[in-house]
Parts: sequence; C-alpha cells; structure tokens
Amino acid sequence: MSTTAPPPAPSTPGARAPSKSWTVKVREAGVDALPPEKLLPDGQPTYVASWIYVFGVASIASLIVIIGSGSILTLKGPAWWHYTGVGHFFNSIHLWSVELFFFVMVVHLWGKYWMAAWRGGRGRVWVTGAITFLVAVPAALTGYVSQQNFDAQWISTQAKDALNSVGVGAFFNVTNFGQMYSYHVLILPIAVVALVGAHVLLVRRNGVVPPFELEKRLPAAKPTGASAAGQGDGSAPSSTGGQA
Amino acid sequence: MNVLAAAVFNLNHPAHTVDWEFIHLSVANVVVIVLMLIVFFLAILLPFPGAARRRGGVS
Repeated sequence: MSTTAPPPAPSTPGARAPSKSWTVKVREAGVDALPPEKLLPDGQPTYVASWIYVFGVASIASLIVIIGSGSILTLKGPAWWHYTGVGHFFNSIHLWSVELFFFVMVVHLWGKYWMAAWRGGRGRVWVTGAITFLVAVPAALTGYVSQQNFDAQWISTQAKDALNSVGVGAFFNVTNFGQMYSYHVLILPIAVVALVGAHVLLVRRNGVVPPFELEKRLPAAKPTGASAAGQGDGSAPSSTGGQA
Repeated sequence: MNVLAAAVFNLNHPAHTVDWEFIHLSVANVVVIVLMLIVFFLAILLPFPGAARRRGGVS
C-alpha cells in the first residue's frame, strides 16, 4: 500500500508562496512608494495651516470645473456655445474657471517659491508644479484659438508669427483648427491632469516642506538623503509640533 | 441690465494699455496682476483660522 504525502501546509494560515506576478510586483512597489497612511493621512503638521495651501486646493477645484465645463462644450459644439443662452453660460464658466485656475495657481506658486519648497528632497514636487503651470499656458492658448470666432482668428494669426519665429510653427500650427482642438481637448488636458496627479502624490509621499526655522531647529525635520523623503513631514508630526 | 453693464464696461474701443520701455500691458492684465499681488500678500499676512489653536495642541 502506497500513500502520497500531502503537500506541506503553510506555516501560517493564509500564507502564500512568493509570487512573481506583475500585479504583485506593481502592488508592492506602489505600497512601498506610497503607504496608505501617507496617501490618506490622519492629519497634517501644524504649519500646513496656511492660506498658501488653500490656493493649491483651489487650483485643483478650478481644474475640475474646467474639465467638467470643457467636456460639455466639446459634446455640444461651437454652434451651441455661440448661439444659445445655455451655451454662452457654459462658455463663460469655462473661461472664468480658467482665469481662476491661473490666478490661484500663480499665488500658490509664488508662495511655494518664497518658501523654497524644493528643500529636503522635494525637487520633483516643485518641478511637477512648475511644469504644470508651463503646460497650462499652451492649454489655454489652444483654447483661445479654438473658439471659432473672430477673436480666435485674431489670436491665432498673431500667435503664428511668434511661433514661426522660434521654429515650431511647422508642427504646432495655430491656424489649423483641427490640430489646435486636438491639443486643447485631449493632449494638453491629459498632460495637465497627469502632472497635477503626480504633484499631489509627490506631496503625499514627501510631505509638505517645513518652515525654515523648524528645519534648522529640528534635525528630524531635515531629510538626510533621497531615501529620507517623508521625514520631517506629515509622517513625523510628533516632532513638528503636533498635527493640524 | 445689459445696457447698464455696457455703460459701465464700454468695450467698444481698442484696449487701454500701460507702456513703459518695452513693457506693453493691457490695463485689464495690469489689474489682474495687481489683484494677484494683493491676494498673495494677504495670504501671507492673514492668520489662518484655527492655526493658533492647532499650534497650542487643543483639539
């Protein structure tokens, strides 16, 4: 009589053999890079209680309104936004949310510049924010030239000379409505949203930059290397005077 | 209402501009820039509601 030994039971219930599945690798890399307690923290250090961060959040709020109103305009088309009352309304919502977006984003950017927000290994946080502003500028320009009216015609014929003078007119032709519209409703919005998403995740990962005085006073608030991202931020509230 | 708005904001003319050396800005843009500066300094100077309470550790 022969019997086959059963496979050895795992040492702990629910334990599994190491997997090389790409989903596991991606999950583990994601959790390592951004643990849940950093992604959605219980609180923030007290120095985050500042109006400057309100302007960062206001930028995101404006962007949501821009994307929402722009989606409706795209679905309805130029005849709707030029010749109907509701169309005019959404056209105005789209314009003024863009104005607000730039206004509050610039105030946030000025504040972070004077706070040297790239300190402590936060260079990528600063760079993603600054590039968001730079990408938002052509996103707005392509919108102005996509209006389908004399204003768009005037702006595009003025802009083409500047763009031709720097040699980009061959592949970025502001008098080509189809090309500009594609840039405006697809390529540049995706870039702006991706950059804003990366910016927010990097803020979560690295934490908000501490004030200069706190950085000098508390060694714990001063990261010591690239791997020290997160030190002296929301992950170390006890050393920064408590949480907000 | 439209008539009133048109009387207050008469846009039926070329934009008024501010010229200084090579700087050439419309008055509308100057107003927006000045507003941004005012809001920026207010954001720096005005205390954030509840900030002192948070620093005091009172929840």
